[in-house]
This record gives sequence, structure tokens and C-alpha cells, in this order.
Amino acid sequence: MLVVAGLAAATLTACGGSGGGSGSGGGDGSITMGFAQVGAESGWRTANTKSVQESAKAAGITLKFSDAQQKQENQIKAIRSYIQQKVDVIAFSPVVESGWDTVLKEAKNAKIPVILTDRAVDSKDTSLYKTFLGSDFVEEGRKAGKWLVEQYKDAKDPVNIVELQGTTGSAPANDRKAGFQEIIGADPKFKIIASQTGDFTRAKGKEVMEAFLKANPDIDVLYAHNDDMGLGAIEAIEGAGKVPGKDIKIITVDAVHDGMQALADGKINYIVECSPLLGPQLMDLAKKVVKNESVPARVVTEETTFTQEQAKTALPSRKY
Amino acid sequence: MKRLLWPLLVLAALLAVNLFFTPSFFSVEMKEGHLYGSLIDILRFGAPLILVSLGMTLVIATGGIDLSVGSVVAISGALACLRISEDGGVFSAVVLALGLCVLLGLWNGFLVAGVGIQPIIATLILMVAGRGLAQLIADGQIITVNSPSYKVIGGGYLLTVPFGILLVLVVLGVTAFLTRRLALGVLIESVGGNAEASRLAGIRSRGIVITVYAFAALCAGVAGLMISSNVSSADGNNAGLWIELDAILAVVIGGTSLAGGRFSLGGTVLGALIIQTLTTTIYSVGVPPETTLLVKALVVAAVCLVQSPKFRDKVFRRAGPRSSPRPAAEEKVRVTA
Repeated sequence: MLVVAGLAAATLTACGGSGGGSGSGGGDGSITMGFAQVGAESGWRTANTKSVQESAKAAGITLKFSDAQQKQENQIKAIRSYIQQKVDVIAFSPVVESGWDTVLKEAKNAKIPVILTDRAVDSKDTSLYKTFLGSDFVEEGRKAGKWLVEQYKDAKDPVNIVELQGTTGSAPANDRKAGFQEIIGADPKFKIIASQTGDFTRAKGKEVMEAFLKANPDIDVLYAHNDDMGLGAIEAIEGAGKVPGKDIKIITVDAVHDGMQALADGKINYIVECSPLLGPQLMDLAKKVVKNESVPARVVTEETTFTQEQAKTALPSRKY
Repeated sequence: MKRLLWPLLVLAALLAVNLFFTPSFFSVEMKEGHLYGSLIDILRFGAPLILVSLGMTLVIATGGIDLSVGSVVAISGALACLRISEDGGVFSAVVLALGLCVLLGLWNGFLVAGVGIQPIIATLILMVAGRGLAQLIADGQIITVNSPSYKVIGGGYLLTVPFGILLVLVVLGVTAFLTRRLALGVLIESVGGNAEASRLAGIRSRGIVITVYAFAALCAGVAGLMISSNVSSADGNNAGLWIELDAILAVVIGGTSLAGGRFSLGGTVLGALIIQTLTTTIYSVGVPPETTLLVKALVVAAVCLVQSPKFRDKVFRRAGPRSSPRPAAEEKVRVTA
């Protein structure tokens, strides 16, 4: 991390020397950001970390980075140390939703603005943070539902859907389910015949799909809350002698590399992106809040969707 | 055999519930050149748990406990997949992964028998550190491998039967032979009964303890290979998460006392099958995910209650004549509790 910070500092001096001065805020012209990451639990998260580090460098912001290893107490410690070091802005992805009021108040008292990334907190006092930058999971569910409705708009027969949910109670699982339901609920021919959690993992996705296939002989569509569960389910479908993507249409969310590969290979039909590359947007917001400019309370990550054709063209240039 | 009656009844009851919801539950057919059906699924997905539980049984029989098996599962899969993704040699990858697992088991055994740390603490160290190690090996990523021969271990078939099931049968056979045909089983029970007395009687209790921890880690290693091979990828964060608790539960349902001493391999296999059948039942019956854990807890509580002679004694005494003498009942409690 020291190396990264050092590099960032070096770039900063270089920028200053060339007289660019583009968007550097604060009195002395340099911004220091403390970023408390959740951990390195998935490829998605690693890409997220890289994006933050690279765009800090590009934006000339000195980044102090900490990895909480999925533990809230580590993250609180990191935030407290950022407060002591008097950084200009603190950004973090909360491990869990609750229990942040005290440390956020400390930051507020020290007059350090806070930006939430990727995940929200359930704090009632919204003045504790400036803005929340992250994906809209409900919208992701809606996008998945819209594609499905479009695909089956001419079909007369009922469409049997099975759903692999994320970890029970997690925000992405709840919201992706709700958004999907909202769209397909308008037409009674769409029926979710089985819905069970696959814990966002490949192994569970496969195990649950095996059971679905036996209990429900007639499945038309699989909606998985992330790529990994979908990838596990593909193996189960193949094991049952069916063709994934043809006999059973598959929709997933995330667009990580392995998922995009399966999409390009025709085994998945549609992927709704949940982009970890929110670094550039984060740096823009950081500059604004340090200058005390007003920012919207909710900023949605720029995201898209992929069909099989789009996946083939996008795959070579994907960063994660 | 009488000890296995109640677990057998519970398993039969669970299967009967499935038959009610899914009439075709017991049908096993040939598909794509291999056996296909819900029962096969239970055996196939239960295979890693059975393996881990077998190792756990012997550890518990010596009066110990091994919390680190879940992390060993993750390490084994991560290392094997890493090696395969680097140079593709499946055999060397498997040997290397299992070798590391045995080493980790020896480390546990050394902490318990050599240094004298309490088993729950000694293995807690590897439980916490091991998951970090697995993530370190995999660099925090999910490693995907594309190797048909690695795939066989957990997802492949030999003579139409899932390879994992055969692997379990072999390990079960070898373990049963070593502990029931040779003296090893008696030695383990004696160490579990009283390690110091066994040592004075001339049994190398230290060596026995170290051996069972190494065996438990080896079993966990094989289970880890199965789990990662089944999905052709290694997930250091989630593979084998909480499997140690399921394994301990399987051992207890099988009638082996956590206090050490007598153990039952057959009971453990039944216990693991009950847990897996319960999981499959929840999926196919369609229990909403929010209530899954509650349903599991209720069933497990019922299983434990029905297995307790004291509880049965109370219930049946109320229902029928007072027949069973108390001292006998209390003795049995000590075996199962």
C-alpha cells in the first residue's frame, strides 16, 4: 500500500509541475483520501480495489488504503486512524449495514466528509455522510425482468422460472429479487416455481439447481442473482442432459470474467452488469465534497447489460 | 447395531417426507451414461461431508475436536486448482494438496499431543489462519480450472457411479478395516477414555492422537478436492465454510460421545446422510430461504431429543408402564450425550 501511496504522491508532484492543476481542490491543492475496503473476498472486490487505486492515481489524489478482511471492527479502526491522520475525505464500503453511527459522528465532528461506496448503511441521520455511490440492485433486477418479458412477449404458454437467490437477507439478494418480481409480476404467465438461496457460490448454485431439476421437470428460465451461482447451475443442467442457454434460458447479474465467458459461449443468455469500476466516479465526488460543492445524496454506478453478441465483443477488453 | 436404530428411523422419515412431496423421488435412471436421481444427488453432495465426518469421528473418539477441517477443505482445493492452472499436472497437484493437508493435520496433532494445548483452541488457530492461507494461495480470487481429469474426482463417473461415492466407500472401507479389524480402533477408544491410563498401560497415546489429526486433515483434503472439482473452481472464501460444524453434528447424531471413547463409523455415515437429506429435502420441498435455518434447527433438535434415552424414558414412561430401570438409562445417557 505504501508503494501505491508513494506512486500516487509522485504522480501528484508530476502533475503539479506540468501546471495542469485540473480539479485539485483544498487550500494546499492536494487531496488525501482514506479508503476502507471490505476485503478481497471475490474477483469483483479485487477489481473494485484496483479501480479505486488506479483512478486515485490518475486523479492526483493521495490514497490511504486499508483492507478490513470482512470485519466491521477493522473497518472502524481504519476510519478512526484516518480521522487522526486528518485526511481530506473518507470513503468506505460498509461490511454490514448497521453500527456506524458513532464512528461516523466522530468523522463529522472532525469535519471530514464521508462517501459510502457500493453498500449502504442503515443510519437514520443522513447528514453523517455526503453521498452514497453504488449500484442500484433493484434496477438490476428490473433489467433482468425486462429482458425476460421481451423474450417471451409472444409466448402463450406459462413460463416456469426458477430463482437462485443470493445470501439470505443481504441487500443485493433482497433487491434483485424485488426488482425482478416487480417487472414479471405484471404478467401472470410468468411463474416463479421455485426460489432458494445459493449463497452467491458456485457449489451451492449447483447443489440447489440439481434439486430444482429433480423436483420440477419443466423449467424454462433460470434467474441467478450472480454469475457464480449461474455457473454452478450450468453444470447441474448439463448433468441432467439438458442444454443450458437453449433448453433452459439463463439470466444472471454481475458480469465477472467467467460469467462473460459463459455468455459468449452461449451457455448464459443475458447478464446484467454490476460494475465494480466505480473509482473514477468516486474521485470526481471526492473532489466535489472537498471543495464543499453540493453532490446528490445517491449516485448510481454507470452500468450496462450484455447479450451473447455483446459479450463476444466486450470480452477481450474486460478488466475483471 | 441398536444404537443405529434411531438415526436410521430419522433418515427413513426424511426420505418418506420427500416421497410425499416429490413422487418420483426414489426413481434412479440412466442419463448421459450415468446414474441420475435424487438419491444419487444425496450421496454425491453428501460425499465430502461423510469424508470430513469420518476423520472427525476418530478425532472425537480420542476426546479431541478438530475445528480446522473447513479451512483445510478450502486450502486443499485452492492449492490443487492453483497448480493445475499453472502447469496442468493433475496428479502432482492432487499429491501436493493432500501432502500439505497431512502436514497441517500433523501440526494440529503436534499442538494437541506435543504441546498439550486444548484441542478446541489448537485447531481454532488453523481454522482462522487456514482460511486466510487459502485466500492467499488463490490470491483472493476464484480460480477456475478446465481439466477433465480433475473434474472426475468430484463431478465424474466410473462405471455409471459418481466417482465421489466410490471414493467414500474406499475410505470408509479402509478406515473400518484399520479400526475394527486391527487394534487401532481399540487403541483410539482407550486413549479417548483415559489418555494417561492408556500411556501407563503402554499405548503410545501421543502417536495415536497425532495420527488421527493427520487422518482428519487428509479426509478434509480429499473432501476439498471433491468440492472444488465438482464445480471446476476453488473458492477460498466459501469452500467448506462451516463444514466442521456439520461434521461434528453428524458424529453426534451417529451416537459417538463428544467426551471421547466409543465411536461408531456407521453412525457417522448415517448422521452425515441425514444432514444432506435434510438439505436436499429443503430444496425440493420448497421451504422459503428465510426459514431454512429454522426448519433445519427444529429437525436437528428433534433428532437429538429422540436419541436421548433420558428424554425417551420420560416421554414413554408417561405413555406406558414404568418399565425401564433408571440406572441403565443413566448409563446410556453418558454414551450418547
